[in-house]
Amino acid sequence: MYNFGFEKPGTVADAVAALGAEDAQALGGGQTLIPTLKQRLASPTTLVSLTGIAEMRGVCTGDDGALCVGGATTHATVAAEAGAYPALAATAAHIGDPAVRNRGTIGGSLANNDPSACYPAAALASGATIVTNTREIAADDYFQGMFTTALDEGEIITEVRFPVPEAAHYEKFVQPASRFALVGVFVAKYADGVRVAITGASNDGVFRWSEAEAALSSNFSADALDGLSLPSDDMISDLHGTAAYRAHLCGVMTKRAVAQAS
Amino acid sequence: MPKDSGIGASTKRREDMRFLTGAGNYTDDINLAGQAYVHFLRSDVAHGTLKNVDTSAAAAMPGVVRIFTSSDFDGVGGIPCGWQVTSKDGNVMQEPTHPILATGKVRHVGEMIAAVVADTPEQARDAAEAIVLDIDELPAMVDMKAALADGATKVHDDLNDNLCYDWGFVEENREAVDKAMSEAAHVTSLELVNNRLVANPMEPRVAVGDYARHSDESTLYTTSQNPHVIRLLMGAFVLGIPEHKLRVVAPDVGGGFGTKIFHYAEEAFCTFAAKACNRPVKWTSSRSEAFISDAHGRDHVTKIELALDADNNFTALRCLTHANMGAYLSTFAPSVPTWLHGTLLAGNYRTPLIYTNVKAVFTNTVPVDAYRGAGRPEATFQLERVIDKAARELGVDPVDLRRQNFIREFPYATPVAVEYDTGDYDATMDKMLELADRDGFDARRKASEAKGKLRGFGVNCFIEACGIAPSNLVGQLGARAGLYESATVRVNATGGLVVMTGSHSHGQGHETTFPQVVAEMIGIDADQVEIVHGDTARTPMGMGTYGSRSIAVGGSAMVRATEKIINKTKKIAAHLLEAAEADIELKDGAFSVAGTDKSVTWGEVTLAAYVPHNYPLEDIEPGLEETAFYDPSNFTYPAGAYACEVEVDPDTGTVTIERFVSADDFGNVINPMIVEGQVHGGIAQGIGQALLENCSYDENGQLLSASYMDYTMPRADNLPHMEHYTVDHSCQTPCTHNPLGVKGCGEAGAIGSPPTVINAIIDALQSGGHKVDHIDMPATPDRVWAAMQ
Amino acid sequence: MTQVTMTVNGKAASGTVEGRTLLSGFLREELGLTGTHVGCDTSQCGACVVHVDGAAVKACTMLAAEADGAEVTTIEGMANADGSLNVIQQAFQDHHGLQCGFCTPGMVMSAAALLKDNPKPSEQEVRDYLEGNICRCTGYHNIVKAILAASGQDVPAMAAE
Repeated sequence: MYNFGFEKPGTVADAVAALGAEDAQALGGGQTLIPTLKQRLASPTTLVSLTGIAEMRGVCTGDDGALCVGGATTHATVAAEAGAYPALAATAAHIGDPAVRNRGTIGGSLANNDPSACYPAAALASGATIVTNTREIAADDYFQGMFTTALDEGEIITEVRFPVPEAAHYEKFVQPASRFALVGVFVAKYADGVRVAITGASNDGVFRWSEAEAALSSNFSADALDGLSLPSDDMISDLHGTAAYRAHLCGVMTKRAVAQAS
Repeated sequence: MPKDSGIGASTKRREDMRFLTGAGNYTDDINLAGQAYVHFLRSDVAHGTLKNVDTSAAAAMPGVVRIFTSSDFDGVGGIPCGWQVTSKDGNVMQEPTHPILATGKVRHVGEMIAAVVADTPEQARDAAEAIVLDIDELPAMVDMKAALADGATKVHDDLNDNLCYDWGFVEENREAVDKAMSEAAHVTSLELVNNRLVANPMEPRVAVGDYARHSDESTLYTTSQNPHVIRLLMGAFVLGIPEHKLRVVAPDVGGGFGTKIFHYAEEAFCTFAAKACNRPVKWTSSRSEAFISDAHGRDHVTKIELALDADNNFTALRCLTHANMGAYLSTFAPSVPTWLHGTLLAGNYRTPLIYTNVKAVFTNTVPVDAYRGAGRPEATFQLERVIDKAARELGVDPVDLRRQNFIREFPYATPVAVEYDTGDYDATMDKMLELADRDGFDARRKASEAKGKLRGFGVNCFIEACGIAPSNLVGQLGARAGLYESATVRVNATGGLVVMTGSHSHGQGHETTFPQVVAEMIGIDADQVEIVHGDTARTPMGMGTYGSRSIAVGGSAMVRATEKIINKTKKIAAHLLEAAEADIELKDGAFSVAGTDKSVTWGEVTLAAYVPHNYPLEDIEPGLEETAFYDPSNFTYPAGAYACEVEVDPDTGTVTIERFVSADDFGNVINPMIVEGQVHGGIAQGIGQALLENCSYDENGQLLSASYMDYTMPRADNLPHMEHYTVDHSCQTPCTHNPLGVKGCGEAGAIGSPPTVINAIIDALQSGGHKVDHIDMPATPDRVWAAMQ
Repeated sequence: MTQVTMTVNGKAASGTVEGRTLLSGFLREELGLTGTHVGCDTSQCGACVVHVDGAAVKACTMLAAEADGAEVTTIEGMANADGSLNVIQQAFQDHHGLQCGFCTPGMVMSAAALLKDNPKPSEQEVRDYLEGNICRCTGYHNIVKAILAASGQDVPAMAAE
């Protein structure tokens, strides 16, 4: 790693101030950032740890019934405490491995927007609101392609608000080495319709499968997906799966997610 | 009743105490006063002309002690190769020079170009980044057949082409094999790949060089399976340091699986640089570095043909293999596809005519050498896959076809130059079928089908040549080393023993098993026996641990040395007891005179040896220390029969191992617990090869599977549950030519399991109506799914 | 440079670290606790697992500065007060759950974290929990056995002739 300064502010305001320094970078749990730094692929002058900000940690239910997760909340905490949204808790319980879940945070995951990460699918399928120190961003506007988000420089995810669906499930087919999603499908059924978000598959990062959403909104059963398929043109093709295979898995995993949604 | 000590007892491991408390002493735990750190600048292109290496800016960076490039090694030897194979035309293999730092060209991603020694690891890396390279890229030779094409870019400009050797075995059989093929009632043919693997011991390689000015002695601490071999190769062939001025220490070694056999340039560098810089120099490999610098394994592309007569007897076997050597010849690389592969092609069967041709090819990839099993997994995979395919083509039971062709008379001389001393292949097959509950398979298949899954049953039989190796034989085959093993047994005055062995544990538990043998021979508590290994200054010259050889060869040397001790102590006891030596019996740690109640204890005799007041000084010397070098008269031939049941999810192509059984014949067993542990590990690596692991290069010679993010290591949830997983070694036909009757168990699992898994997958797919008769390893979900489309 | 102070295996420990100093490096190089091993650089092998404030973390993927003020337990702090092996360590020896020993510290630390949260895990739960710990020697079979045994559950008897 290149060397850097380290700061661990106790408030969002202090963190924002610290991030104002040139080439300062926020540090969530570091489970992706630290390996990246080890490869010397980034050279921040200062890392500003967000793990010491008490107001950014924890899970609660908002006045509108949404499940609110602090931006610095670890996956392990979400797995344990997001019982109001079981599919979200189950998703968090299968990110990385136990030790990674004890450090990795939801804010860090969403800010990084890895095309194979699990949380982006959960947030997009839930129509979550990404709350930052300056504004609220709808999930549909937030994800802008692989490793790209609507966040501005120095902007911090302080909270993520998930409307709780009637039924939901996340079905992950793991890339066998990294255990990230080769294809992960999050299906969430709300009163006003079904949302389907897919991670791991596309060169454009997480995306919604609108045909599946339409079919499932009128008939929330795996059978409703018969005959539907995604084109493989923009799918990722790598050592672990061809584009055609990923496109195929999108269909299989979506059906399985619907069948298990509760 | 299981024994609770001595040979055959599942004695708990004494080394566990330190490993379980964080007190192990691995090479990276060694830090010497004043040590500097080296960072190697490695090539990120696979093939290119090295036009310039500008270190001027880097040299001025903070903390830099010295920067080395190839010119610093003028007059220093290259990394040697320990085996010379002769081509079928009588010419010896083409052998390129293998410089410590790239000279003139870079030939694979990861090759070391320059080395920065600095006060801290980060300073060394910072400065390495400031080195400016000028490399003219050349076309990368990655595919073996392309590398052999006319006009292909040469990996080594001073060689004729990219063909290392073209080996025929047994060349005299070639025409007879061709004739048998043309006359056969049935020929089954199969083209397959034995996938390239990375050994991945969990401890990455580390080297610490040290130099003592006062004595002109160099010391290398290194992660090695065979420190004496490193001392010999590095001292004699690379750095020109005589053995008495060079000490190599391999402390606790965190796994090896073959890849820590070889002498690596980093070791020579640290030894050289410690003297040049006059301070200790340490290198710790990162895992990313390990992927592009540890020798890889396997990487064979093969066409195999099996001829059968009208009664389904095997009449001939022909194997044509391309074997990847990588960019340079690693220490034992040439031997793997030849003498460790061609000699095993008879398998468990009476095939009378066998011919194999192996073309070894230089490519712009990391050097390839021995990895757990080395040659024998490749031989077993192709043989057992083609037999399975033949059974399906002929509509006969794969078990019956194998049995029909089993060797049943021993000793058995195969047509591929080896003689099996003992074996009972029906016994292991019977045991395997019993444990696998084959009779219940149909019901299990129906249950799987009811869940929408396909289920398959696969079997495999195999033979290995272990206990490597008879020196005179391997010398004829091109080995540039002997493959004996050594032991010195030192008995202390108060009766405790130290066994100094050339074998070296990197997880096998020698500190526990070796004392079990000595303790039983003498009749004392194993706690009185201490094992010393891994240090050339404290052990006799020995060849180390690989090829399932530690107990078969190293253990035999220890037995021989202990026998010498016992013979001498009997003479002393006879003197003390005033009896004839022939009447002295040693039992339970006491010497007695047959037919009398006169006795003297082990401790009284050992004390007499060192306090020789009442001692036959006119006949024997005082002291009790004996050394033996044991050179085996033959290989050992462990064999086994394995079974596997898989479930295939037809929607995703996912394969799960539902049941797995191994029935091995290792001859006699010293510590069943440790033997079974070895099999568990081997099976996991074999299942890893079959389902998960793949070392993949792109067409430019960039390694795609260059970290654990893309190279799939088997994990706990990839392997079968205990309830449906059995390893058995109750079939025992003892080896006839070593004193313990042991055969070796370290590699069996890795050899026996890959074809078992693939045979089961093919059975599953065909049961679902899919016309798939082969699938290359690893059988990943995308490959299995694609095969079904 | 930052001053950090933490409690390691029950004892106060402090040192001066760079921003980039990893917890694994601090433990190994500053404190000489070399039982915490580093087997990869992508946060997957788990040889470096330690407990920070009671939770298993990968010490190679946490900055030392982040552990300022924390309670850290490493493999060196796991034995009983009299130096004997604790229940988990003893089970690993009894069931031959280690060979080369390199992954072992991380395995023991992960096992301890699992059994704290889930005192009687099923075999599948043990296998799932070990997703972040790679062993190349044992094939995991005896590690799983050891952890189940350490939880007080009956596992098949060890090898016997």
